[in-house]
Amino acid sequence: MNTAVPAKSGAPTNRKGTPNRPSSAKRMASWFAHIVLILGIGFVIGPFVYMILTSITTDNFSLPSPQKLLNSEKTLVNYVEAWNKNNFSSYFVNSLFVSSATMILSLSLACTTAYAFARFPFPGKEFLFKLFLFSMFVPAILNIIPQFTIIKSLGLVDTYSGLILVYISTGVVGSTFFLRGFFERIPTELEESIVIDGGNRWTIFRAIYIPLSLPAIGTLGIFAFSGTWDEFILALTLIKTEAQRTLPIALQLFRGQYATYYGLFFAASMMALMPIIAIFVIFQKQFVNPNLSEGSVKG
Amino acid sequence: MNRVSRGLKQYIQVAPFLALGFIMTCVFVLYPLVKGIHISFFEYKVIKPEQSVFLGFDNYKKLFNDPNVWVAFRNTVLFAIVTVPGQWVLGILAAMIINLQFIRFKVFFRLVYYLPVISSWIVVSYLFQFLFSDGSSGIVNYLLTDVLRVTKEPVAWLQNTWSANIVIWLLSIWKGVGWVMIMYLAALQSIPKSLYEAAQIDGARGPTAFIHITLPLMRTMTAYVVINLIIGAFQAFIQVFLITKGGPLDSTHLVNTYMFKHAFEYFDFGYGAAISVMLGLLIFVITYGNQRTFGKERIEY
Repeated sequence: MNTAVPAKSGAPTNRKGTPNRPSSAKRMASWFAHIVLILGIGFVIGPFVYMILTSITTDNFSLPSPQKLLNSEKTLVNYVEAWNKNNFSSYFVNSLFVSSATMILSLSLACTTAYAFARFPFPGKEFLFKLFLFSMFVPAILNIIPQFTIIKSLGLVDTYSGLILVYISTGVVGSTFFLRGFFERIPTELEESIVIDGGNRWTIFRAIYIPLSLPAIGTLGIFAFSGTWDEFILALTLIKTEAQRTLPIALQLFRGQYATYYGLFFAASMMALMPIIAIFVIFQKQFVNPNLSEGSVKG
Repeated sequence: MNRVSRGLKQYIQVAPFLALGFIMTCVFVLYPLVKGIHISFFEYKVIKPEQSVFLGFDNYKKLFNDPNVWVAFRNTVLFAIVTVPGQWVLGILAAMIINLQFIRFKVFFRLVYYLPVISSWIVVSYLFQFLFSDGSSGIVNYLLTDVLRVTKEPVAWLQNTWSANIVIWLLSIWKGVGWVMIMYLAALQSIPKSLYEAAQIDGARGPTAFIHITLPLMRTMTAYVVINLIIGAFQAFIQVFLITKGGPLDSTHLVNTYMFKHAFEYFDFGYGAAISVMLGLLIFVITYGNQRTFGKERIEY
């Protein structure tokens, strides 16, 4: 596939280029489309705006009215207070650790497993792959009871090792499915030079498959990180010690304890959202899709 | 013999790459599936599994006589029926509009529409709970009564079965539209321009090109998106767990939340597992046709 934009042709309505003289009908359509998009943004952003406004308003013992939200003095005091209350900052660090560890470990595992499915022939391969995929159809919640008993028999209840182990294991299937397609699209001819130089499978894997799939791996990394950052049920069932809890649990506790301190709760929520939004904004240009090796999205 | 030894050799070669992922998937994904079915036939004791009492099909009998199970199944199916098309239609619409050639600030629109997707479920669930607060302090009630004047009295959104379900549906659609959009945008934008140029030479442009090039190439993406939305709908849990907790009177439970309640609040793991198995069967039946093609979906030009 090739995304090279063809050189400008002289044709007045090149599919990519804009027409020379936009007709008034076209301009109307353009206006209409932009208005629809902006209205849509209202719905998408509205709740966030409300959250931000509430988080910078103080003394909200009842939900603040819209007049109050717009007119009251804006302050960051809630953020400071939320950060220092209830060990929120240490929960933040906990989540950062768990999410980063999960991301790194599950990426390594996903790459090797996907490579096995993409480039090795072995008996029963497609059956095994189907079996893997089948497991994706089963709601994750259903597996929690047995997962809990396994972790318990391994003596890993209330440890990050146990939590991370389950996160990685349950992520393998999805990410293998995601990466396999990318690996299979890499031409095998590329391997020849490595083979001539006497390299083995690992060299091929490291020198060709990893570097050529970096955008896909990066996307997967973001999914893994944000998925773990957000994970609630497993963390709730596996981690019992207060100080070990992760951010989603902390937010739930916050909600319970400071039920009427709306500003405080929303400030905490905003801080929980920040890392993911930041990562996405930074990396969004590199974002790619499963099934589609060409992720280059022209803006 | 030759084939067996070749197979063995292949296994030995692939093992270093495959083994760990395979074992972990077996232990934490496939084994729990089987174990879940096993547990569903017991009055299961988590602390001392050896003291579990075999019940045969008693958990399943109980399930068929539990009216709340039916409510939970009804809600789950309704949830899928409402949110899957809801997300899909709005998502594809957003993608189509953003992809129009005269739209400016494409990157900006794409980013903003994707924001709900990357936001924590826990944050947005509580956010919607606040937005739809009872009485006049909820911003939605404020908009409806004071600004739009649709209703005289503020709606007690979360106190009634159907209005609470609507809140849950709205949240789920709101959060999912961006994902559908970004999938279709990537699909639309990765259709090679050369295809359109070729079509243009053949005299096809505008709508004709759309019907003969865009739509067929979208079909594989549609299969992928829809199957993911269906899976997602049956995975739904946290929004109900946090917003309504299944209330009022267990009338907004999804199967997942109802099962969680029995397993982790009443510690009736056997019954919870039985509910799970029934849901698993339902999903299997619904997605059976798609499962066979899923995984083969590759888009090649």
